[in-house]
Amino acid sequence: MKAFRGQPSIFASTQPDDRRAELEVRNLNLSFGGLQALYDVDLTVKTGELLAIIGPNGAGKTSLLNCITGYYHPQEGQIIFNGENITGHHPFEITKRGIGRTFQNIELFPGMSVIANMLLARHIHCEYNVGLASLFSPSVKKEEVRHRRVVEELIDFLEMQPIRKKPVGSLPYGLRKRVELGRALALEPKLLILDEPFAGMTLEEKEDMVRFLVELNEAWGQTMLLVEHDMSVVMSISRRIMVLDFGKKITEGSPELVQNHPEVIKAYLGDTGTI
Amino acid sequence: MRKLRFRPCGNFKEYYEQELTIFETDFGRMWMWIGLFLLLFVVPFVGSPYTLYVLNNIAIAAIAAIGLNILIGYTGQISLGHGAFFGVGAYSAAILATKAGFPFWLSVILAGAVTAIVGMIFGIPSLRLKHLYLTIATLAGQFIIEYVLVHWESLTGGAEGIILPEPTIFGLNVSADRAFSWVVFFSFAVMCWMAVNLARSRYGRAFVAIRDNDRAAEGMGIPLFRYKLLSFGISSFYAGFAGGLWAYYTVSITPEPFTLFLSIEYIAMIIIGGLGSISGSVFGAVFIIMLNEILSQATQYIMNLGAFAGIALTVAPLREFVFGLAIVLFLIFEPRGLAEVWRIIRSSFRLWPFAY
Repeated sequence: MKAFRGQPSIFASTQPDDRRAELEVRNLNLSFGGLQALYDVDLTVKTGELLAIIGPNGAGKTSLLNCITGYYHPQEGQIIFNGENITGHHPFEITKRGIGRTFQNIELFPGMSVIANMLLARHIHCEYNVGLASLFSPSVKKEEVRHRRVVEELIDFLEMQPIRKKPVGSLPYGLRKRVELGRALALEPKLLILDEPFAGMTLEEKEDMVRFLVELNEAWGQTMLLVEHDMSVVMSISRRIMVLDFGKKITEGSPELVQNHPEVIKAYLGDTGTI
Repeated sequence: MRKLRFRPCGNFKEYYEQELTIFETDFGRMWMWIGLFLLLFVVPFVGSPYTLYVLNNIAIAAIAAIGLNILIGYTGQISLGHGAFFGVGAYSAAILATKAGFPFWLSVILAGAVTAIVGMIFGIPSLRLKHLYLTIATLAGQFIIEYVLVHWESLTGGAEGIILPEPTIFGLNVSADRAFSWVVFFSFAVMCWMAVNLARSRYGRAFVAIRDNDRAAEGMGIPLFRYKLLSFGISSFYAGFAGGLWAYYTVSITPEPFTLFLSIEYIAMIIIGGLGSISGSVFGAVFIIMLNEILSQATQYIMNLGAFAGIALTVAPLREFVFGLAIVLFLIFEPRGLAEVWRIIRSSFRLWPFAY
């Protein structure tokens, strides 16, 4: 039977400002001791866009994401989100400003159920305090029910109904990736950052994931920044691609432009002159 | 009125509210009310003074153990200073009652608040330290507090301690075992309920998230340091509240009981009872206090036998030995503690005659 495919209410925002996601990264420099991970990286993401970052292993893609989400603190440069400088903020502050992310190596809470994992992400949208929580007053109950409804809508969307009560530690890898996407969506992010959402998945799981991401982006206008190795997926879903190599931005543009760029070919395949 | 729900043969829930209840079935809820009724209206009348004394001690220890379970079992911050926080609570209540002349109920609640602040101060190292290193930092807290309790004589009375006034509530003297047991049982029930509520709210989820994966928790918008401090605060509030009750119950307090051994006893309670489970803390408190009482009774009995009096002195340190043995056996055979044993027993009743 076909699953219910309504629009989760968190995407139905009527205020255009609620979904505004303008990210600008300027001259970002990051080094670990003597190792320079990022050199003068510039990046812009516009509202409603799906931008992919690609590059060979060790190019600094995840480092760039970690800078944007506050896990690494860049030595130089600025990260501006919706007009506010968020460079050097803590990850939790950046999450509150509307940047949600998934991790390359799944970072879920294995002991908690799928629902609990996703409810946890609703944390920043809960308004009650410790006192009310310890009494579990009717207002707290009402709010918990509201968050549960949001989570259930996302579970419907991601087709995870049969596993909603299962502890995440017992799920197979592909489903965990999907739970992680669900958890990031439960944050109601303005900008969704995905670190290798297709890594280690079977073909069917990849197809499902592509379907979810395309629907999120094109039907519901979710702004996304994506790091991925799977070229066929990246080339088919993104409008704009940025290529990093050894911490430097090589080029940026449409899939066709990037595919035929000599520097990109050199970065991936080596120098053709030496063959 | 809706029909009572016992154990439906399927999931017939229609509202999300139904998933937020503490008890899944009306059967469980009914037993909770029966238990509460027995505890508040039957036990105090039929129990002998000795039984009531043991039960009071269990309830007080259970309150403190719930606090420690919130810190260790839920948040994953191992603290070796819980015994000292219990002592801070006892001394705060005593000082507030004798020096400031506060009434019983207010000084016990304020003892919890004072201890919460002290606990948060000793929780500050959790900003940078994790796991074993944090444990050692809290151990330092334990010794600092012990030292202060003995040496700040103008406030704590040094080794002589403090004698507390008789507790009164609404003009009624509640110092007798029976009257005090009402106070203790009632506070125990309320504190249990509050802890269960916290555990199922966003705070409980945030604490578990910090325990399971602090990196991801931060990415989900949880300010780690603030929540670790909050956990220390809540945990110490429970310890301080229990300490305040205990101070009024024993009437005179000295720094002696609040040693590292008391902290270890609390850790033993929550390991044996079950980490990350409120009911587990209660089971653990029952187990350890009963074990204490049985061992001291046994030692006394052997001493009175005359012929074995010599042996009794060598048997006395057996307490520590049995403690260690109990912890080791639980870690080997049931690492999730008595709460898990209880769950298995319950579900085997439910599933009978099938195996699972």
